[in-house]
Amino acid sequence: MMPIEIRTSSFDPWEEINLHQQKMGKDGQFGATASFVGTMRDINEGEPVQSMTLEHYPGMTEKHLQEICADASQKWDLIDTLVIHRVGEIEIADPIVLVCVWSAHRAEAFDACRFIMEDLKSKAPFWKQESTTEGKRWVEKNTPG
Amino acid sequence: MNITVKYFASLREQMGKAEELLTLSKATPIAEVWENVSGETSSDNILMAINMEYVKPDAIVEEGDEVAFFPPVTGG
Repeated sequence: MMPIEIRTSSFDPWEEINLHQQKMGKDGQFGATASFVGTMRDINEGEPVQSMTLEHYPGMTEKHLQEICADASQKWDLIDTLVIHRVGEIEIADPIVLVCVWSAHRAEAFDACRFIMEDLKSKAPFWKQESTTEGKRWVEKNTPG
Repeated sequence: MNITVKYFASLREQMGKAEELLTLSKATPIAEVWENVSGETSSDNILMAINMEYVKPDAIVEEGDEVAFFPPVTGG
């Protein structure tokens, strides 16, 4: 099983990377660590956003994230991966998602990190609802990568 | 045959419920299940899953399946 987590409260991605790296116990094997952190902005589609709620499909979301990480491990020679994604009420500047990949060399880490993130955005069942001064609105599509 | 149907995000709001149990007379394509529950004739822009796997509109729903309908995903 690849390490993936759905979190209902705020997390510190840098602390999570450190903790995971200690748990891995692979010091000396990885020469590259690539990470992506997605963070809540205060504006979207030209309008100020006050907060956001993230909904997911419990069970399917976890299963899908596991499959994405397993796919990446098939495509590239990776030492480990970590995906953490928030759900629930999210405040401005809160981290929403962390993808981190460890490998021997940088190409695998960069490519697999991008692959996992893009696949997550286009297929993992999460939905954002933003709160603006005009009320609540569902985000209908992703911004281009 | 009995199935569970789940709705998420804007479709949950549109349907006014997160989940329901349905009885079908026979194995049915998932697009037809959507037409029956929503009253809509098109399933364009609706994502569909059976037992937590994405499926195409012609996939067949069978006894005991967990079916889900939802809008395009916007995580990350």
